Amino acid sequence: MNDVIQANGLTKIYPAGKDRLPLRAVDRIDFTVHQGEVFGFLGPNGAGKTTTIRMLTGLTHPTSGSAHILDFNLLRDVTRIKKHIGVVPEASNLYDELTAFDNLVFSMQLYGVPRQERKACAEALLERFRLGEKRDVPFAKLSRGMKRALTVAAALAHQPPLIFLDEPTTGLDVMNARNLRQMIAGMSDEGVTVFLTTHYLEEAERLCDRIAVIVKGCIVALDTVDGLKAGSQDKTIVEMTLADSNGRQGRKRFECNDGVESTIQRALAEANGQRVLAVNTLRPSLEDVFVQLTGLSSEVMLMEKGGKGGSNAGG
Amino acid sequence: MLADDLRGMFYIALKDLRAYYFKPPNISWGIMFPFAFVLAFAIRNPGETRELVPGLLGLTILFGTSSMEAIVIVFEQRIGSLERLMLAPISLAALLGGKMLGGMFFGLTVTGVVLAVTLAVFGAFGVNWLLLILVLLLAAAAFSALGAFVSVSVREVFEAQTLANFIRFPMMFLGGVFVPVAAMPLSLQVVARLLPLTYAVEALRAALNGGSWGAAWMDVAVLAGFAVVLFALAVRVLGRHTN
Repeated sequence: MNDVIQANGLTKIYPAGKDRLPLRAVDRIDFTVHQGEVFGFLGPNGAGKTTTIRMLTGLTHPTSGSAHILDFNLLRDVTRIKKHIGVVPEASNLYDELTAFDNLVFSMQLYGVPRQERKACAEALLERFRLGEKRDVPFAKLSRGMKRALTVAAALAHQPPLIFLDEPTTGLDVMNARNLRQMIAGMSDEGVTVFLTTHYLEEAERLCDRIAVIVKGCIVALDTVDGLKAGSQDKTIVEMTLADSNGRQGRKRFECNDGVESTIQRALAEANGQRVLAVNTLRPSLEDVFVQLTGLSSEVMLMEKGGKGGSNAGG
Repeated sequence: MLADDLRGMFYIALKDLRAYYFKPPNISWGIMFPFAFVLAFAIRNPGETRELVPGLLGLTILFGTSSMEAIVIVFEQRIGSLERLMLAPISLAALLGGKMLGGMFFGLTVTGVVLAVTLAVFGAFGVNWLLLILVLLLAAAAFSALGAFVSVSVREVFEAQTLANFIRFPMMFLGGVFVPVAAMPLSLQVVARLLPLTYAVEALRAALNGGSWGAAWMDVAVLAGFAVVLFALAVRVLGRHTN
């Protein structure tokens, strides 16, 4: 299996500023991304996800360490690397004044797509991203979901083998997020390698072949979703559904630290007279693994993002 | 690599011209502003109107090239779209070169209109056309590089406008547009010699009056120097954004 990204000891330290101390945003991280996989990069706010993407895409110089991307050395061949990657930043950043079609054509012009291919390629991308009817609409007048889709389309305009997606579904409604996830899955099916950061754990679980979890600039876990969960297999969870005297339902979760049976007995003892509607044993989800690794819950992660769009992981 | 850079410059300039420059407010502002100033001065001193033409052209190219350029880069930086250009497979010099090219083309277009009007009114007899074209190109490059330098040096659009005006307005009054530099007090003459507009106006005056290359070589050289130094500084400052 070919590696399209090999990061070795990649480190970024932001120097002290007027009102801030030096910040070690990324601390000697090592990882590889295989060709054709969707590689998830998860972590709470400020963990170093975006800084890592900025280093790998040539927007920020690493303080130390090295990386090879598509066999090019990040420190020496950054312009060559840029020619072969697509980047979707966290905020949609195409040109408000240009139409959807013109934005795609401009992206192709910058990357040297031959003139005779541009029109057909832009039309095909607009159709693929369900924006055909918005061909001549200025970017400023598109809905947020359409802007996001067009930003992804622009990153694919020069047909890069590797694409970086920084929080691609943040702020989208459920339908748009679902469409975008289908598009991401489609890219992977076509052999494009995807480097994905997201706050939505269900999204990562659904899309990613492997996941790295970064906390305070360090990678604390890197494995397949099943592999990450396997590390927590002994942490079976007992979930009890309760109803109070007014019929209001609630759930309580208990970690099985001392066997399933004794945990169920402990759970029932804590029912405090409420009616027990159901008791289930659950295998740990990616969220449970994430909580274990970072000490943060997915709700806290979403709150850190200012609740933008809330959870859109459905569908 | 060079081909990528040249192609990138061309398309960035084209995109900027379409997206920002050729809009009615810019065109009218670029032409009306210098005309209004010169007209005010001409009404005050009606006999000297022809003498004001080099200054009028100098002002037009100064404001035509730098007004929008001084804010375009910082504006794109604010909305995140400058990052798109920084992710493109071109050098930072090509990125800024494209930005400069857009400003230069717009400034030269507006100045071309003003030049056509003034030559129609005052006649084109004795104009050293080659020198005139060279001076206009170099002045456009110098002022465009000035706009780029201002734009990469600040973080907010209003800061860019403030800094650009802080530089341009003194230049307007000390650059020999309304009062010849030689007629100024010595201390102001020293300041005037630090301003690119001074050299642009002097060289334009030489070209419009049929002056020889020898008469304007120093002005031409200084304008070229301003363009190169300001461009290099702008590239350097933009490069710091990646650290």
